[in-house]
Amino acid sequence: MVSQKITVNNSQGLHMRPAGVFAKGVAKYESDVTINFNGKAINAKSLLNIIGACIKCGAEIEIECNGPDEEEALKGAVELIESGLGE
Amino acid sequence: MYTGIGASAGIGIGSVIIVKEPSLAYDNTTISDVVAEKERYNKALEECVAKTQAMAEDMKTRVGEKEAEILEGHVLLLTDPEMSSQIETNIDNKMCAEAAVEQVCDMYAQMFASIDDEMFQQRATDVGDIKTRLLKVLLQVEDLDLATVPEGTVLVAEDLTPSMTASINPANVVGFLTEIGGKTSHSAILARALEIPAVLSIDGIVSKLENGQLVILDGSTGEVYESPDEALLNEYTAKRAAYLEEKAALQAFVGKPSATADGNVVELCANIGKPEDALKVVECDGEGVGLFRTEFLFMDRPQVPTEDEQFEAYKKVVETLEGKPVIIRTLDIGGDKEIPYLGLEKEDNPFLGFRAIRLCLQRDDLYRPQLKALLRASAYGELKIMVPMISFVDEFRAVKALLAEIMAELDAEGTPYNKDIKVGIMVETPAASLMADVFAKEVDFFSIGTNDLTQYTMAVDRGNPDVAYLYSTYNPAVLRSIERVIKAAKAEGTMVGMCGEAAADPLLTPLLLSFGLDEFSVSATSILATRKVISLWTMEEANAVAEKAMSMTTEAEVQAYLKSVAK
Repeated sequence: MVSQKITVNNSQGLHMRPAGVFAKGVAKYESDVTINFNGKAINAKSLLNIIGACIKCGAEIEIECNGPDEEEALKGAVELIESGLGE
Repeated sequence: MYTGIGASAGIGIGSVIIVKEPSLAYDNTTISDVVAEKERYNKALEECVAKTQAMAEDMKTRVGEKEAEILEGHVLLLTDPEMSSQIETNIDNKMCAEAAVEQVCDMYAQMFASIDDEMFQQRATDVGDIKTRLLKVLLQVEDLDLATVPEGTVLVAEDLTPSMTASINPANVVGFLTEIGGKTSHSAILARALEIPAVLSIDGIVSKLENGQLVILDGSTGEVYESPDEALLNEYTAKRAAYLEEKAALQAFVGKPSATADGNVVELCANIGKPEDALKVVECDGEGVGLFRTEFLFMDRPQVPTEDEQFEAYKKVVETLEGKPVIIRTLDIGGDKEIPYLGLEKEDNPFLGFRAIRLCLQRDDLYRPQLKALLRASAYGELKIMVPMISFVDEFRAVKALLAEIMAELDAEGTPYNKDIKVGIMVETPAASLMADVFAKEVDFFSIGTNDLTQYTMAVDRGNPDVAYLYSTYNPAVLRSIERVIKAAKAEGTMVGMCGEAAADPLLTPLLLSFGLDEFSVSATSILATRKVISLWTMEEANAVAEKAMSMTTEAEVQAYLKSVAK
C-alpha cells in the first residue's frame, strides 16, 4: 500500500467534470485507488462517490493505492490532480 | 399570465405539446434467479451505455462539444463501479432489477439534492435521468421521439432531460416551458446553445396548459401568455421580429473596432468575476478585461487561497486574453461581505468602514500574497493592478511601496514579472474624485466605479427603499464628478476607464464619449450592444448632448433629456 497527500487546486474542486476526468484516469489501474478525505474513504474510481464527497478547491486529500500496480497508480493519480484535471 | 425564470432569451410563439414520460410502473416482485436477473440488468446497462454514447455523439455534431459533455457524464455515471455494485447487491438480496436500480439511483439523487448548491441539484437531475433511461430499457418502453414534432411547437414538460433534448430539432421547436430548472440547468444551457427561447421553473405549468393551445413566451422576462388575443399576438410578433433583427444587427459588430460614427476609437472591455468567464469575454469579442473581481477566490472556502492558487487563477485569465489588457482588482471585501475565516467584526456602517484597501493595508498576510501572485502572473500577458476604495494618496503610495518590496524579492528569487506593470486606482469615493488631478499625476490609470461613486456622492443606502430614489447616476452631482475625473485624467494623459453599470447605459454613452472616456468595461453580454451604441454617435453630436445635459439642474430633467435624444 502506498499513499500521498495532495492539495486540490482546480477552482471548481472535484466537481462533475474534473471528478469525471479523475475517475476515468484512475480506472485503468488494476489497484484499488482510495481518496481519504474528511475521515471518509472514497472509491476514486467512482464518480458518484467523488462528487458526493464535496471536495472543494484548496482541500487536502490523501490518495491511497493498493494492488499490483500501486506505485504507478499513485503517480498517475497525483499527476492528474496536479494537472488541474482538464480545467 | 404565468411567470418563470427567463433562461434563454428570445420570443417564442407556438402551439403547446406536452411532453409526458410514459409510465414506468413495474411489479415489485421478489426474484428467485439472481444470476438471470443480474444478466438482465447488465444487458440493460450495456444497451443504455451504448444509447447514451450515441446520443452524445449526435449532440456533439448537432449542438456542440460542451453540450455533449452532459451526456458523456451520464456514461460515466452509468458505468460507475460503486453504483453498479450496489445495484447488484440489491439483486443479490432478491430485488428485481427495476427496484434495485430505482433504490440506488434514488439514494444518490437524494444525497445530491440535499446539498444546497445548484451544481449538486443538477447532479440529482442527472441521476434521475439515467434512472429513467435504465428503467425504460428494462421495461422495454420506447423513448419519446421529439424529432418529429411539427413546426412551431412549444415543448412543455416537468423538466427537459438531456435524453429528451438530444432528439429535439431546433427548426421545429420555438420554445421550452418547464416546471423545474434554473439559469444554469442543463435545459437552460441547451436552450441557449440551440438558441431556443425558454422559460423554466413555472409552477405546475404541465397541468395548466393543454396540447395544441397557443402560447407566447418571452425568454428574457420569463413571461408566458396562454391563448393570447389578437392584440397581444401582434405585439409579440413584432417584438419577436425586432429581437431577431437586433440580434442579427449586433452580430455585424463582431470584429469591428469600437468607434464613433466619425472614427473616434475607444476601448471596450468586460467585467468578470471568475477565471472561467475570461473565455466568454473572448467569445463576445471583448478587447480586454476592464475589471476582474478577485473576491470569489476568497469566498466559500475555509481559508485564504495560497499565493500559488491565486497565481494560477490570474495567469489563466491573462493567458486566455492572449496579450489583451487585463485589469485585476485587488481584494474588495470587508464590512458587508462576510468571510468567516478573516474574523472581521460586524460594523454599524460597513460601507464606510473597514473594507477593501483599508483592510488590506493592515493585513499583510492577506495582501502580500495577492500582490505577489499578481506580479508573477504579469509575466504571462498584459496584466494591470487596480486598487479599490482609495480615498487618499497615501493609500496608493503604501501599495506602491509594498509592490516595490515584493519586486525586490522576486528579483532576488529570479522569478519573472513585468517590471513596467501598470498600477491604477478605482475612483469610487468622492474624496478620490475631488483629488483626481492629484491622483492623475501618480497613478497609471483610473477606472470609475459608478455604483459606489453614486452611492457615496449622494450619501444614499441603495438597499433602503425609502431613499432609493436618490440612487441614480443621472444626478447632476454624480455626472459632474464623473466629468471631473475624466477631464483630470485627460489633462495628465492618464488612461481613464469605467467599470460600473453606467458604462453599459446607452443613455450615458454620448456623455462619456464627450467627456473623453478611454475605456468602457461592461458585462460580456453587453459588449456588442455597447459597441453598436458607440457607433451611432459622432463626437459633435455627443458634445452637444453633453453640453446641454450638464447645464441641467435636476436628475429628472437630465434623464428625460437623455431619453429624448437616445439613439
